[in-house]
Amino acid sequence: MSATFVGMPAFPEAARAATGDAQLRHNLRRATHTIRDKRAAVVGELDDWAGLRAAGKAVKDRTLRHLDVYLERFEAAVTAAGGQVHWAADAAEANRVVTDLVLATGERDVVKVKSMATQEIELNQALAEAGITAYETDLAELIVQLSDDLPSHILVPAIHRNRAEIREIFRDRMAAWGAPAPDGLGDDPRALAEAARVHLRERFLRTRVAVSGANFAVADTGTLVVLESEGNGRMCLTLPDTLISVVGIEKLVPTWSDLEVFLQLLPRSSTGERMNPYTSTWTGVTPGDGPQEVHVVLLDNGRTDVLADTVGRQALRCIRCSACLNICPVYERTGGHAYGSVYPGPIGAILTPQLRGTGGAVEAALPFASSLCGACYEVCPVAIDIPEVLVHLREEVAGGAGHRAERAAMGAAGWVLGDRRRLDAAQRAASAARSLAPRHLPGPGAAWTDTRDLPEIPEESFRSWWRRRSGPGEGAR
Amino acid sequence: MRIALFITCLNDTLFPRTGKAVVRLLERLGHKVVFPEDQTCCGQMHYNTGYRRDAQRLAVRFVETFADADAVLVPSGSCAAMVRDNYPRLGAPGSRLDRAAAEVAPRVLDLTELLVDVLGVTDVGAYFPHTVTYHPTCHGLRLLGLGDRPYRLLRAVRGLELVELAGARECCGFGGTFAVKNPDVSAAMGADKARRVADTGAEVLCAVDNSCLMHIGGTLERARAGVRVVHLAEILASTEEEPARI
Amino acid sequence: MSGSRERILGRVRAALADVPAAERPDDVAVPRDYAAAHGGGERVALFAERVADYRAVVHRVPADGLAEALARALARRGARRVAVPADLPGDWLAAADAVAVPDGALPVAELDAVDGVVTGCAVAIAETGTIVLDAGAAQGRRVLTLVPDYHLCVVRADQVVDAVPQALPRLDPRRPLTWISGPSATSDIELDRVEGVHGPRTLEVVITE
Repeated sequence: MSATFVGMPAFPEAARAATGDAQLRHNLRRATHTIRDKRAAVVGELDDWAGLRAAGKAVKDRTLRHLDVYLERFEAAVTAAGGQVHWAADAAEANRVVTDLVLATGERDVVKVKSMATQEIELNQALAEAGITAYETDLAELIVQLSDDLPSHILVPAIHRNRAEIREIFRDRMAAWGAPAPDGLGDDPRALAEAARVHLRERFLRTRVAVSGANFAVADTGTLVVLESEGNGRMCLTLPDTLISVVGIEKLVPTWSDLEVFLQLLPRSSTGERMNPYTSTWTGVTPGDGPQEVHVVLLDNGRTDVLADTVGRQALRCIRCSACLNICPVYERTGGHAYGSVYPGPIGAILTPQLRGTGGAVEAALPFASSLCGACYEVCPVAIDIPEVLVHLREEVAGGAGHRAERAAMGAAGWVLGDRRRLDAAQRAASAARSLAPRHLPGPGAAWTDTRDLPEIPEESFRSWWRRRSGPGEGAR
Repeated sequence: MRIALFITCLNDTLFPRTGKAVVRLLERLGHKVVFPEDQTCCGQMHYNTGYRRDAQRLAVRFVETFADADAVLVPSGSCAAMVRDNYPRLGAPGSRLDRAAAEVAPRVLDLTELLVDVLGVTDVGAYFPHTVTYHPTCHGLRLLGLGDRPYRLLRAVRGLELVELAGARECCGFGGTFAVKNPDVSAAMGADKARRVADTGAEVLCAVDNSCLMHIGGTLERARAGVRVVHLAEILASTEEEPARI
Repeated sequence: MSGSRERILGRVRAALADVPAAERPDDVAVPRDYAAAHGGGERVALFAERVADYRAVVHRVPADGLAEALARALARRGARRVAVPADLPGDWLAAADAVAVPDGALPVAELDAVDGVVTGCAVAIAETGTIVLDAGAAQGRRVLTLVPDYHLCVVRADQVVDAVPQALPRLDPRRPLTWISGPSATSDIELDRVEGVHGPRTLEVVITE
């Protein structure tokens, strides 16, 4: 995959194009509403959801507050079980580690299980530079890879594509990557899934190296956990000789029994199912069963910066379920690409600027890509207060060089609002000039009047009326 | 009961009729309304846009102005939520603002909370012979947790026919400075909300927050949809003798 | 490599400067205010209902009717050669016409050519309609239940637990586990659920009581 988010415009500009794309809007609306309703139904089945959510939050907080302890414990457990643990401080190091491990096997093809961490570090590009081809095997990732596109959703990276578009991609591109699409392929999802099965079948049976991520890593036991639906995960985790898993350091949970919380929270929040079709767990190497060479690459890549921010830290509780994307009215209208990162939607708006810093235009715009409606916080299974972190990051951005004019305007507004006499004077001035109020405002005000009428300015403010009504002194303190 | 009114800067400047309606309604119910004139703005816009220090200054003014009030009525869901939800995390832990905020926050009430929970009324004797739909606003819904209070109040209004708004829980797209920083998304959300409002066939859309209503109303007007927007207080203040102007 | 280990651990510790030095992990309280299970009906019946929800085929039979039920299922499927774990109880397929191919180290190509696989399981979860395989008795290694397109799985009633919290203590995390809830599926196209992708496209479950 050569597509990259680098060089994309900042959110407001990217969003302008997206909101004007009727096909995209239709695809997103349909998909997000479908999954929203499914989630609501299965979450509604559990009368203890609030308790599960509180437990999930607390388990993650416990882990994060003592992450060093759990990382060392996890490393020891994996090693004892015959696996090898590698540490990668940043994307470049992680890519180098994985590339070297693949090259050492002598293989030049790898199959991949859908993984956000490897998307984040752009592993496929790094492998390609070393002459290694990475084959995505998740259906949505396959669609994205074949069309040289970018993922636009955490769970369903091709959510922006409809069935007709997917059929075109399969017909045009499958042959270049392996088994071609069958003749006369229709756009029925069943037929498209069957085409993907046939396309990948032989690849699974033949490829000797797999790369995965993990949904959870159990510190006590050294166990990795992958939840999936299609069985491509099982194929990759079972058939090859070598398995390399790239795992963000925040994926840890302390104990095996802690999974009882997350295996209830994640499927219901994510795919809207009581349980996803397949969950695989493995601990190091099992002689005679599955890969006999097992590697785990623990990835920092900015996570410790997030950890250092006591308000922003909660973003590391994220279990990548996508519920916040699916419920978000902004995401529904822009899609994921506008967020300029593999992490779109509300969680992306707080994670990307923290992982990469707020220095760039894309990152600096993300904390403002929200109306702060709070729907994301409401559905988050680990209670990440996304609006709180957004506002916290806005403060960081607003203090920066790009916001001098706004800071001055806010300061002026604060000055007027900071004293009742000044406010009163401003209100009188506005009322006096009310007949002059234009229908269309110039400059930044045009952002309002382009699509909405302005309210009429009243003859007098409330406080003028109150004073008139009460007589001097009355009611004032 | 003596009720201190925090009118909010937006209502004060652009929607005085909402404030007048609140005063009329509460006086009709036999209560005394006071208006501490030192009040200005809760600081929500500054806080939500990342200007914490400006917001802190305005918050200090608020907590000083309302330190002695038994109940502070805020006829704006988002401003009430600003004080209740955000003031407690605005000041440094243990600071004067922090202590004062914790002290005043529980006494800050939205109109529907004041009526239903404190004054114990749902039938306020209002008359409003129109078809009405209600937009629950994000702050009213998720931060204040107003629940069914507004609906109970509306159902008790004589002559009023309440119609359900599809997708009511979804944000209208106003979001304060969001509306100008991300105008395209804001307008797209506003257009969808306005369409759903128009689809109800209601004559009037009401809410507990004039900022959302300004956005939806401005969109409806631009579309010549023929639906008027009115703050809930104006409906509740309306009587046969003195009907609300719509 | 060890340089990065120390660097990352050092960064983690620096990032956690706000955590009191005396705080231990267990000092961070975890409220466990959630249910051990959510009811929903008699355990085995609920399991059968929930598995069927995911478009798996389910049968409930008396323990002494197992061989006959398996034989019928295989005949209906038209399965002539089925892979089985080497330790599959001998009487399970006693009534079946299909030829059992016991797994030792069957090559993947051979597993791809059989008409299905017959196994038992380790645990089943009623509330979520889940079967858990742990590569233990009557289950075989993971690949066995992955490559064939048809999985016929035997669940004993006493293997069924109410919910996820009861399943975990019964499972050994050191073993490779596969949790199966219905046949493989995808919702990647317009969030429309389609059953049958890379894993077995048909899951048939026989519950013995």
